[in-house]
Amino acid sequence: MALMNYAQAACKALAEAMRADASVVALGEDLGHGGVFGQYRGLQQEFGKARVIDTPISEATIVGAAVGMALTGLHPVVEMRVVDFALCAIDEIVNQAAKNRYMFGGQGRVPLVARLPIGVWSGSAAQHSQSLEAWFAHIPGLVVVAPATPADNHGLLAAAIACGDPVIYMEHKELWGFQGEVPAQAECVLGKARIARSGTDVTLVSWSRMLHTALAAAEQAAQQGVSIEVIDLRTIWPWDRQLVLESAARTGRLLVAHEAVQAAGFGAEIVATVAQELGIPVRRAGAPRIPVGYARTLEDAARVSAETLLLELSALVNGDGRGRSMA
Amino acid sequence: MPGANSSPAARLLYLYRTMARIRAFENAAEEASRGSVAAFGATANTTALVRGPLHLSTGQEAVAAGVCANLLRSDCLTSTHRGHGHTLAKGADASAMMCELFGRADGTNKGKGGSMHIADFAVGMLGANGVVAAGIPIAVGAAHSAKIRGSSAIVACFFGDGAINRGPFLEGLNWARIFDLPILFVCEDNRYSATTATDAMTAGAGAAARARGIGLPAETVDGNDVIAVDDAARELVARIRAGNGPQFMHALTYRIKGHVSVDAAAYRDQGEVEQAIESDPLKLAGSRLAALGVPAERIAEVDAEAQAEIQAALAAAHAARVPDPDEAYADVQDTGAGQWR
Ligand SMILES: Cc1ncc(C[n+]2csc(CCOP(=O)(O)OP(=O)(O)O)c2C)c(N)n1
Ligand SMILES: [Mg+2]
Repeated sequence: MALMNYAQAACKALAEAMRADASVVALGEDLGHGGVFGQYRGLQQEFGKARVIDTPISEATIVGAAVGMALTGLHPVVEMRVVDFALCAIDEIVNQAAKNRYMFGGQGRVPLVARLPIGVWSGSAAQHSQSLEAWFAHIPGLVVVAPATPADNHGLLAAAIACGDPVIYMEHKELWGFQGEVPAQAECVLGKARIARSGTDVTLVSWSRMLHTALAAAEQAAQQGVSIEVIDLRTIWPWDRQLVLESAARTGRLLVAHEAVQAAGFGAEIVATVAQELGIPVRRAGAPRIPVGYARTLEDAARVSAETLLLELSALVNGDGRGRSMA
Repeated sequence: MPGANSSPAARLLYLYRTMARIRAFENAAEEASRGSVAAFGATANTTALVRGPLHLSTGQEAVAAGVCANLLRSDCLTSTHRGHGHTLAKGADASAMMCELFGRADGTNKGKGGSMHIADFAVGMLGANGVVAAGIPIAVGAAHSAKIRGSSAIVACFFGDGAINRGPFLEGLNWARIFDLPILFVCEDNRYSATTATDAMTAGAGAAARARGIGLPAETVDGNDVIAVDDAARELVARIRAGNGPQFMHALTYRIKGHVSVDAAAYRDQGEVEQAIESDPLKLAGSRLAALGVPAERIAEVDAEAQAEIQAALAAAHAARVPDPDEAYADVQDTGAGQWR
């Protein structure tokens, strides 16, 4: 175990993968100077410019070239800076990386990891603050990962690089400095969620930074005598249905919380599945369907707070789950 | 294949054979695709054996044949929606290709791609593409990969005249130049972007000028003259193999058929089409062969062999198995396999 932040944990995972396997390369803008969040610090010095590649501002070609690299024996890790810029490479992600194996009848594999950081990046407004994990979860062929802790950013990045499928790897734009213990050996399995806090009254599923809000809400609920089980989903696709269903069956109530816009968010998929399978009260909490505004007041209006989660939890515990009721 | 040092007649006969095989393939595919898709005023015939949009390279065979004659099996190629010619010329098996067009489990892509996604990775053909210009970044990545891995392979990247108006063209050429990649860009200029004359949609002095603007050496060739394409490709490929970085070929040709097989292309001037048929690359190569003293019977023999090969491919496609519905679930992804039913 070592204490490090979320950026350093990812850097450690990538360095370990590059040391172990000469076919692992990284490409994107500004990597030579450590990446804009320091998540590539020291890598170009250690592995050279041929393997830690500084690219032009050509998002379509960063991902498209990574597809060509992946098809010809390399394992590229692609940096998009923020998910918002990856929209300039949406054809390359959706039509090329995700479809290649299937539409060519399994002739090739596209083992690439595309890092697309999500979340509100405080003060950065509408084009740098989106959480678009549901878009990518919708696309057959893609794996979608969203780590919430330094340990997971180490373990899940290692697993993503090793998995052989195209992975949309969604770090959070504001977790880079978040500190935590990271085990020496990566120990994450894609598709496996984690019980971050045990409880008996409600299952609260979340991921990425919202996990920490969920944990804060669970702590406050505990003070009011309500026991919340918090699940860190970690992998959005394939999501850990088994663990979520087991937990929800035990607690009898489910809330899913995410930073993304609630409408057509991934929470809808989870609550629909659980409602269908278990018939228990379910609720979801996501952002209102507004862009993220610049002013603090506007930005806050687009956030989901612990207070909101408490209202949702109380609707589940004290009501019938239909409409919010204040206890 | 007869190399560059073989007799001109032997080399040309080899190129002619490739063109004749492509032409026979395209004609057979066209026939099997009657009513393949509801577009361009045509109604779909649900019994068509080749389904959906079929983009024929009829009239453009010299570009595929001339360029690919200078590639090795270990070299890679990316293509467009109009990719049968490139795939055959790169060495794919015509039967496996026809099976793919017929949507059979024995097709190059197990029936999952069809004409628009035809590919044969075993011969370095990394795929046709349903998205205009999308092959360019992939080709650039394959070339970048060859450089990183220290492989001697080069990459040929085919795209149409319409593709030069999409962003990946600029991004890809710039990338290939700054990283000095072993790649040959081939702009196959058939003068049309679907139903629209590309000229009217393209500012500036065209493909080669744009390439030069990004610092790539560029040659414009008569893309209907297979000898001219072969000569230019030989020179450009030699430069790439010698480590001189990316090169660009602008090949002027013509799309004899419609945009897709059901498109009658009535929007074109009939005189223009007749003129193009006059400069049909096979016709031109045939008269060149005669001038080099190759007997007409020898040429007819090559034509007959090409016909026989494609007839056999058709027969194989007719006989081949259609994919089982369960096969729709294979080759999606490994992680979470089985979670998408
Ligand atoms: C990005 C994108 N836009 C539009 C289309 C529809 N489309 C298919 S082929 C084509 C024309 C392409 O022209 P060109 O690049 O010259 O190739 P050609 O068809 O002449 O071989 C168009 C517009 C597409 N496939 N992809
Ligand atoms: Mg064209």
